Amino acid sequence: MSANPDREYEQLRVSGLHAFYGESHILHGIDLVVNRGELVTLLGRNGAGRSTTLKAIMNMVGRRTGSIMINGEETMSCAPHHIARLGVGYCPEHRGIFSSLSVQENLTLPPVVRSGGMSLEEIYTMFPNLYERRFSQGTKLSGGEQQMLAMARILRTGANMLLLDEITEGLAPVIVEKLGEVLVALKEKGLTIVLVEQNFHFAAPLADRHYVVEHGQIVEEIGADELTAKQSVLDSYLGV
Amino acid sequence: MSMIFGVPLAVLSGQLLIGIINGAFYALLSLGLAVIFGLLKIINFAHGAMYMLGAMVTVLMFDALGVNYWVALFLAPLVVGAFGVLIEYFLLRRIAGQDHIYSLLLTFGAALIIQGVLVNIFGVSGLRYTMPDMFKGGVNLGFMFLPYYRAWVIVAALVVCFGTWFVIEKTKLGSYLRAGTEDSQLMQGFGINVPLLISLTYGFGVALAAFAGVLAAPIYSVTPVMGSSILIVVFAVVVIGGMGSIGGAIITGILMGVIEGLTKTFYPPASSAVIFLVMVLVLMFRPSGLFGKEA
Repeated sequence: MSANPDREYEQLRVSGLHAFYGESHILHGIDLVVNRGELVTLLGRNGAGRSTTLKAIMNMVGRRTGSIMINGEETMSCAPHHIARLGVGYCPEHRGIFSSLSVQENLTLPPVVRSGGMSLEEIYTMFPNLYERRFSQGTKLSGGEQQMLAMARILRTGANMLLLDEITEGLAPVIVEKLGEVLVALKEKGLTIVLVEQNFHFAAPLADRHYVVEHGQIVEEIGADELTAKQSVLDSYLGV
Repeated sequence: MSMIFGVPLAVLSGQLLIGIINGAFYALLSLGLAVIFGLLKIINFAHGAMYMLGAMVTVLMFDALGVNYWVALFLAPLVVGAFGVLIEYFLLRRIAGQDHIYSLLLTFGAALIIQGVLVNIFGVSGLRYTMPDMFKGGVNLGFMFLPYYRAWVIVAALVVCFGTWFVIEKTKLGSYLRAGTEDSQLMQGFGINVPLLISLTYGFGVALAAFAGVLAAPIYSVTPVMGSSILIVVFAVVVIGGMGSIGGAIITGILMGVIEGLTKTFYPPASSAVIFLVMVLVLMFRPSGLFGKEA
């Protein structure tokens, strides 16, 4: 990768993506593009299909049709562990901290998928709480610490595209603020980030673009510079 | 002669020894079941058949190729483990994620087929397996006579059980297994080849059963049906210990062997029922098992 991340490089292109859980048809043709180094949010109401979009990218839903290109490579037939190895780091909504593993074991669980990930020392500098509690059981941490752990875990792997699902949900404002700082730092490192977020005030100042998802489709794309102009459109979609 | 509760000490310690040995087999077998259940979420009804295969392979390798006991101790679990990997890859994988009843029926059916084929070839009368010379005889401990081979069984089973526990609880590989037990989908999302991990775990679990089979070959009657009788007791042990608990499976296995042995000393008619009685009590007062996590 060049020192200046290539903003024209298409890291993720999703086209005509449909996804199904059993008989339920959740995604109805999602189209989106994320370039390298961009921070893009998926906004929308609960149940609109934002989390399912991330899961579908990871091949973690029942059945999918359409196309998902990562670094220009079609991934529809890839097993989930191959997708991770393309440099994708996924942080699920439920955080997925393993209770039978210590904090440090949780942190070192995901294999390194690319060079250039953060070292344990760097991670502990970024999240001093995790260092202090590295021998505790993973789920004995507070909600905020667990979220830090879930984030830190995928930073170690060298993944250069992060799919983050509702990372601020249910956390105290001071923790949310810390997560915001972390995202800014990651953006400066040139990481590509897709953020599913309920907290619009958290996402707005961080993101380059926003996609609004409704009924399993992208209904609006809003650039960071259009936010004020399109505020009323956005409000009507988000129901605020 | 010294007596304890009206029972001669030699009788008591003899039964206790038999209990510990049976317990060692229960521990090895329930450990394998627990490992398999943890990651695959299936109840492996073919476990008894794998134990039997371990013993049969040992006998047949000796008869046909002259493979000695020590080589068999490694080779038989390897052969049976590889067979287990094939079963996982070609059969179990196809019904992954389905209701428990499917894997139960599939493994039960596989066990019946394996057992049936071998009964057809070898009949149900036991095959002869000679104990290695170095294990002949024993040592008089003063209060009881300890045959060398029985001592070896206890040591070998404990070492393998502890080794398995250590690998699962204390190593990186074990952390994959523990995490996979909780959320294998997320594990795969991190880039870990979970399907491979599942195949190898099933192979390892049945290899433990085969190892128990090799240990059993010189002292128990080796027949194609030897697995089906022990399996029911082992399931009771797993229920008592709690499904999926590694340490719990080991401790409960040995404990139940001892309880069975003691019952045989003090009230022989109840000896074959006592483990099931304990199971009923545990299910009534602690349904998730002695070492199981509360659901």
